[in-house]
Amino acid sequence: MKTALIVDDSRVVRKVARKILEGNGFACDEAEDGQQALTACQKKLPDLILLDWNMPVMTGIEFLPKLRELPEGGTPCVIFCTTENDMSHIQQAIGAGANEYIMKPFDNDIIQGKLVQLGLLDEQA
Amino acid sequence: MKTEDFELLSGILKQRSGLVLTPEKAYLLESRLLPVARKYSLKGLDELAAQIRSRRDEAMLRDMTEAMTTNESSFFRDQKPFDQFKNIIMPHVAEARAAKKQVRVWSAACSSGQEAYSLTMLWHELAAKYPGWKLEIMGTDLSAEMVERSRSGIYTQFEVQRGLPIQLLMKYFTQQGDKWQINTQCRALCQFKEMNLLQDFGPVGVFDIIYCRNVLIYFDPPTKTRVLEAMSKVLAPDGALYLGGAETVLGLTDKFRPVDANRGLYVLSSAPAALYSGAAAVKAA
Repeated sequence: MKTALIVDDSRVVRKVARKILEGNGFACDEAEDGQQALTACQKKLPDLILLDWNMPVMTGIEFLPKLRELPEGGTPCVIFCTTENDMSHIQQAIGAGANEYIMKPFDNDIIQGKLVQLGLLDEQA
Repeated sequence: MKTEDFELLSGILKQRSGLVLTPEKAYLLESRLLPVARKYSLKGLDELAAQIRSRRDEAMLRDMTEAMTTNESSFFRDQKPFDQFKNIIMPHVAEARAAKKQVRVWSAACSSGQEAYSLTMLWHELAAKYPGWKLEIMGTDLSAEMVERSRSGIYTQFEVQRGLPIQLLMKYFTQQGDKWQINTQCRALCQFKEMNLLQDFGPVGVFDIIYCRNVLIYFDPPTKTRVLEAMSKVLAPDGALYLGGAETVLGLTDKFRPVDANRGLYVLSSAPAALYSGAAAVKAA
């Protein structure tokens, strides 16, 4: 089973994202900020990280280069999932090594589409 | 809804758009036509039907048809037809049209234009492989509103996240407030116009590829046959027709045959046996 780490300081967002990802066959863990996510990734790297931008302690954009510096840290697919919806943020995220970008609000179709594009999910019949 | 109202409204819709609604789909009429009724200050579908009986208002009938036939779309929907354009269709066309260096595509019932624009983005990605080639896309839809939206190339944040990889959004779109517009290079490859597939297509020319996906499912068999046979007359002898996954030509017309290796892809029955199948399909997989 593929694994996902949901990183968001909103409990509600984590809950919604977990429901969607579990519905698409992922086993999910959660982190409330970038530091918690980094600690989790140092123990075990997931296949997918759904990453919020604005979080206390360590933001998503601060977390991403630290993840990529870890041994095998280039492996997880990272999808930013944030309310930041302007081109400069998107460019900054992709430049920092994110694989995809979702502008909140999101739904199952949007997440599913990104998972298919990243090769983490077979195209639905 | 009263039976006579359902029959009146569904009859008008079938006549104008080919859309076939069975009584079990009455809920669809109610959900889609209620906003139209409200627009004309009518309380419900019974008043809408009464109004139509007393006076046939063309604008109202047009609004009804548009409300019923406007469907959701997404970029790179189903992906495979786009992969096949790149891996199967274009390699053949590149040889067959080497002198002319032109590809003509019809996106039939194009809705808000995502299918056409997906192809333009793919085309630009392939540009280095086909220098000097020209792509021409005709997008048609029954709905004037959809044609106008397609022409504008403007999409909501929600729409650009459906099927569109972020790299392509960054490369081909500009942000305009809370909307996103596809660039002029992509828009320049497309011409959008109103067209009812049930009527004479007019002087549209000949196409190398016709995308008519998830359209026929709304028609009854005689209408499907009529549309398919009309399309067979404007498709190049070695052209490709794409239908939706749940659609087929079987039992409707002998003008087309499916390409076994590639679901959803059809060629004219008179086309060479190996066209878009066999070795080419295996090579592309």
